Amino acid sequence: MKYTQGQFMITEKTAIAREIYSFSIACPEVAATACPGQFVHIRAKGFTLRRPISICGIDKEKGTLRIVFEIRGEGTSEIAKLNKGDLIDMLAPLGHGFTVDTTYNKVILIGGGIGTPPMLPLAKTYGNKAITISGFRNASAVILQDDFHSTGATTILCTDDGSAGIHGFVTQPLAELVKKGGIDAVYACGPMPMLKNVAKICKENGIFCEISLEERMACGIGACLGCACRTVRNDNEYFAHVCKDGPVFNAEEVIW
Amino acid sequence: MADLSVKVCGIDFKNPIIPASGVFGYGREYEELFSLNKLGGIATKGTTLHLRTGNLSPRIAETPSGMLNSVGLQNPGIDHFIETELPYLLTKDLVVLANIAGSTPDECAEVAAKLEDTDVHMIELNISCPNVKQGGAAFGTSCEMASEVTKKVRAVTKKPLVVKLSPNVTSIADIAKSVEAAGADAVSLINTLLGMRIDINTGRPVLRNNVGGMSGPAVFPIAVRMVWQVANAVNIPVIGMGGVSSGRDAIELMMAGASAVQVGAAIFTDPYVPVKIIEEMNEWLDSKNIASVKDIIGTVKPW
Repeated sequence: MKYTQGQFMITEKTAIAREIYSFSIACPEVAATACPGQFVHIRAKGFTLRRPISICGIDKEKGTLRIVFEIRGEGTSEIAKLNKGDLIDMLAPLGHGFTVDTTYNKVILIGGGIGTPPMLPLAKTYGNKAITISGFRNASAVILQDDFHSTGATTILCTDDGSAGIHGFVTQPLAELVKKGGIDAVYACGPMPMLKNVAKICKENGIFCEISLEERMACGIGACLGCACRTVRNDNEYFAHVCKDGPVFNAEEVIW
Repeated sequence: MADLSVKVCGIDFKNPIIPASGVFGYGREYEELFSLNKLGGIATKGTTLHLRTGNLSPRIAETPSGMLNSVGLQNPGIDHFIETELPYLLTKDLVVLANIAGSTPDECAEVAAKLEDTDVHMIELNISCPNVKQGGAAFGTSCEMASEVTKKVRAVTKKPLVVKLSPNVTSIADIAKSVEAAGADAVSLINTLLGMRIDINTGRPVLRNNVGGMSGPAVFPIAVRMVWQVANAVNIPVIGMGGVSSGRDAIELMMAGASAVQVGAAIFTDPYVPVKIIEEMNEWLDSKNIASVKDIIGTVKPW
């Protein structure tokens, strides 16, 4: 894992939904090595702990990263105060990303709520081989659907209350697609109950499934062992760490 | 350029700055950012006789000017440390303090005995971890237990023995005197203060372990006070720590009586902070025309 820490210029800031912001950040050395599924660890002024935010876009030519994050508490609220032209302090890129296999013909990318952003770089990688299923609470929480569409992916939208797209959870269209067959892999990020159900459907149908997890974190690089996650490796229980062993895990390794 | 070198228990440190046990693993992750050779030393992750998985997550919480952790001594065990991590660290130009812990005084002694034939420079005996049910801070909160575990470890090692003290006691100076009498060559303090946060929306503690150790800038004044009290109570060196996040903090802790300084939570905020602290200490000493950092140890002039 190669990572650096430094101050980088925010080149674009937009509010894309209620309390959800998108930053573009000029950081050529980070963009050069970043992979889909990795995250950046951002310093919030006045706070001891950095905040891990998943990478939503990697433009190696322009040397920029895009992040999309939601205000969850005081730390992310502080980060959201930064504006275009300000410097953002990042330790990045961090973590173990998604396994990309170019021989796959059909993959499903599932994002739930603020778990949707990390699926975008993966959609770009797979292009028209990808079907994206995004789930949100309601129409006003929907983000990134145009971005997914422009990658060439087939997009499916669900909302819990039916105010946009399919009325229901992401597992509904997933189960239908799986039934039709031909799915090589499923990748998912979102709330734990969603990930658990996605993992269950994939396991029952023998489909390769990777999920991206979230945990309260301190160092971000595997030194402090703060972000433990119970997994099974070689038949033994293993306390992996979301920052270094993850955030992306094979769904079958995770003890739910 | 001031002389930053210090000597603790006969061991030469090229500067007094040591990443504290638990924040820095075995150094590998930070070597990606800067050379470990810049550091005076490293206190390695607390290591027990056998592998430990630690506590369930969440193990981390933010607090005003600080944090809580309840990792619970997750570590790969002393054999792995000796075979894999120690040889790597011994190739570096810094002092290696092997932080050890156990559920019983005998386990602590067994771990220390395994290090006796290695080239590790110092042993830091952790009698103050607040996050494990047995041993840990239980040893560090009574003079009798602190003395017993120190004696057991002292009996099996000729290495310089540093005993790491808990601040969760009525009189840390009394505990320090007990471990000095039991054969400790130095003491290090403070470990974390026991704390707790509750998510008022769920009614659940933020940490899965309910309680955890508090660290960060918020605890710094407590560290200064305790280092000062202990330095006045014992005749062995004191290694100070607790909320240090700048060169000025490190100088302050040394004035209070610390011969060397460990840096913990501040590394999470800024991973380069140990290196910056060394630079800042040098600048401050030069600005005051103080030739050696040794000249400031214990120089506070109390009212």
